[in-house]
Amino acid sequence: MTAHPAAIHSAAELDDLRRRAPLLKLDGITKTFPGVVALDDVSLEVRAGEVHALLGENGAGKSTLMKILAGNHQANRGQIHLEGEVVHFDNPMQAKEAGIVLIHQELSLVPEMSVAENIFLGALPRGMFGTVKWRVLHAVAAEILKTLGCKFSPRDKVGRLSIANRQMVEIARALVFTPKVVVFDEPTASLTDAEKVVLFEIIRGLTKKGVGVVYISHRMDEIFTLSDRLTVLRDGKVRGTLETSETSEDGVTQLMIGRSLEGRTKRAAGAFGPVALEVKGLTCGSLYHDVSFQVRKGEVVGMYGLVGAGRTEVAETLFGLRTPDAGEIRIDGEVVAIDAPPAAIARGLALVPESRKEQGLVLGMSCRDNMSMAKLSGVTGRFGFLKPRAEQAIYDEYAKTLDLRAPGPAALAVNLSGGNQQKVVIGKWLATDPEILILDEPTRGIDVGSKSEIHDLIRRLAASGLAVLVISSEMPEIMGVSDRVLALYHGRIAGDFDAETLTEDRLVQAISGL
Amino acid sequence: MTKTLQSLTHLSRLTVVPPIWLFTLACALFFTVTTDNFAEIGNLTNILQQTSTIGLIALGMTVVMINGNIDLSVGAVVALAASLAVGLQSDIGTLPAVAVGLGSGIALGFLNGMIVWKTGVDAFIVTLGAMIGVRGLVFVYTQEQSFFAMDFAYSDFGMSQTLGLPTLAWVFLGFTVVMHWVMTSTVHGRNAYAVGGNREAALNAGIRVGRHMVVNFMIVGFFAALAGITLSTQMGASTPNLGREYELWTITAVVLGGTKLTGGAGSILGTLGGVLAIGILRNGMNLMQVPAFYVLVILGAILIAVLFIDRQVNRAGSEEVEA
Repeated sequence: MTAHPAAIHSAAELDDLRRRAPLLKLDGITKTFPGVVALDDVSLEVRAGEVHALLGENGAGKSTLMKILAGNHQANRGQIHLEGEVVHFDNPMQAKEAGIVLIHQELSLVPEMSVAENIFLGALPRGMFGTVKWRVLHAVAAEILKTLGCKFSPRDKVGRLSIANRQMVEIARALVFTPKVVVFDEPTASLTDAEKVVLFEIIRGLTKKGVGVVYISHRMDEIFTLSDRLTVLRDGKVRGTLETSETSEDGVTQLMIGRSLEGRTKRAAGAFGPVALEVKGLTCGSLYHDVSFQVRKGEVVGMYGLVGAGRTEVAETLFGLRTPDAGEIRIDGEVVAIDAPPAAIARGLALVPESRKEQGLVLGMSCRDNMSMAKLSGVTGRFGFLKPRAEQAIYDEYAKTLDLRAPGPAALAVNLSGGNQQKVVIGKWLATDPEILILDEPTRGIDVGSKSEIHDLIRRLAASGLAVLVISSEMPEIMGVSDRVLALYHGRIAGDFDAETLTEDRLVQAISGL
Repeated sequence: MTKTLQSLTHLSRLTVVPPIWLFTLACALFFTVTTDNFAEIGNLTNILQQTSTIGLIALGMTVVMINGNIDLSVGAVVALAASLAVGLQSDIGTLPAVAVGLGSGIALGFLNGMIVWKTGVDAFIVTLGAMIGVRGLVFVYTQEQSFFAMDFAYSDFGMSQTLGLPTLAWVFLGFTVVMHWVMTSTVHGRNAYAVGGNREAALNAGIRVGRHMVVNFMIVGFFAALAGITLSTQMGASTPNLGREYELWTITAVVLGGTKLTGGAGSILGTLGGVLAIGILRNGMNLMQVPAFYVLVILGAILIAVLFIDRQVNRAGSEEVEA
């Protein structure tokens, strides 16, 4: 219940521990979701006292694998062995009781409750008559926070903490139990450098107690400073498990991407048309500062950066969803004031938003109705009645252009695969005859086949004269699809590269502020 | 040093006054000034007695709403419990009849909770169905008749005084203290906030969300039945139409008291303030001889205005604290 540290092992003992049979063994794990094979025969071993890094692009299956380990999902096939015994978790509590703790990437805290209550959520210390032992609760929570170097109080409301501090609360929660395996899922995404140093100390402290740590991250530098071994996943399959000291960043990247990025036809800069979209000195509070760039007709510009670097916010501003504090936006050379999406649409802008299900689609509506949604003025007759035939025409046209595989125009959007859902969203915007198309994470959570179709589509649209801005956190996607790449770091443009000469190293450096 | 500090913060946790109290006190002050009789002891105890019915239900409703659910069947349960407690008196005796009445509320709460848990149908729908169905049961049982209490001790209880206050006011205040303690100091109470605040997180943390919800529906069922019985002791009778619209008045009081419809936030103290605010407004406007229909118009407008102000104030105060 309370945090009582296991014995701390000497270096020799640790070596011995690490050589012994694996603490945790995932054997042949397979998991399918409707329409997607998320994991295909994945095996992974974690030894006591090691940091085992897990790498892969978004959608490679890392998070799914860890959710199976932590009891949030159940595998279709395969076994989990913990300390040599087969275990099976129906829910997260069983996994936790067995000693496997997952520190969630999406925060799962109760904002209205205090830090201490959140740390002990589901395990509040009980006194007589079921009362909460507040003193014990606050004392133990304070102690855990101290070991983590947190400066906030156990009595603070979680809802009023910064994102980074909430992350620390999540970590504190794992330490209440005496864990055997701790999984960190992208723990540093919202941490400052100083907080990262503390986190790494904590992780090393855990391994010294013989805990096995699984560390999921995109950041090569972190993986190479922290991990003992690493496993690379791609498209739901293990592509290799390596000793970290015996490999290089290049080697790992090769495994992650798996295909060469060559072979794409690039055009000379001269082939682009005039500047369609120009942004000058755009600033919006603390979200982004002094952002300037141009997109020409026929050109695909990629915008790359970490989550929180301000990419989505720039796109939202262009589309009239945010009001900038300073700067100007020009379309076809003319300064425009876009204060709401209708103005943006009237100027020929279209935005395919980041989250398809929340922002892009009305899931309970048919494909046809979704596609005609942004273009209803074009399909209404006199007295504002809808013209079903005009709606059908939109569907027919874009279902064909996009190679949409839906059971029919009346099929509900919710029943389509991720790739086809995204095509419906893109179709909806193409129906408005845009001149400038912005796509925010166009292939997030989409299977590989549909991904390359959407990439081809983006190239085709650009070739037909559209100015395209693509936002993505996937490096291969950005490098594969763009003519030019903008790197964003902490809300500023940290680099403007010609894709022809761009290397991954330079891009990683730019988005990390190096 | 640390000990005093701890007890201080412990104290501060108990004495955080929900903002509705400002409004409640302002209303009391207003009527004290504008009417002759409002501030008389007799009138004030009258308000306490009048509000005790809605107040008792509101105690249970607060728990269920913090938990992220709602119970619309409370008005019907009021009528059922009152009819059973009065109607069965002559057959099985007063105390057993009261026990049956209370038991019916708890049992219906259990049923509501189990249906919400096992079917996953929204509590609004399940208890809406229960509201209609239970009212029907009341008509079946009573054959549309009113019952009169044969036991005079029963109706005397409703009018009795203890230590200078109506006994029913003591019952309400007593249960208020108990429920306040449950919500602030027990594991069950804290879990109610957790489940209402982030159900997914509560599940992940191993809270048995389903069972927990069922218990809370049983609590509100108990309080609705108790309110029905205390109401019938005041009238010395029960009618099949007893408690109509009580679910709406209860929810109004709870929401005025600062409990969120979406769950996760709220307090018993706030609910007490909300219950009293409505009681004082009705009583005061009555003393000012505001026509009854206008009272409803004003109450409706006040509900919206108070929640709007609350929203503005809360938004201003919810900026991030950097520790």
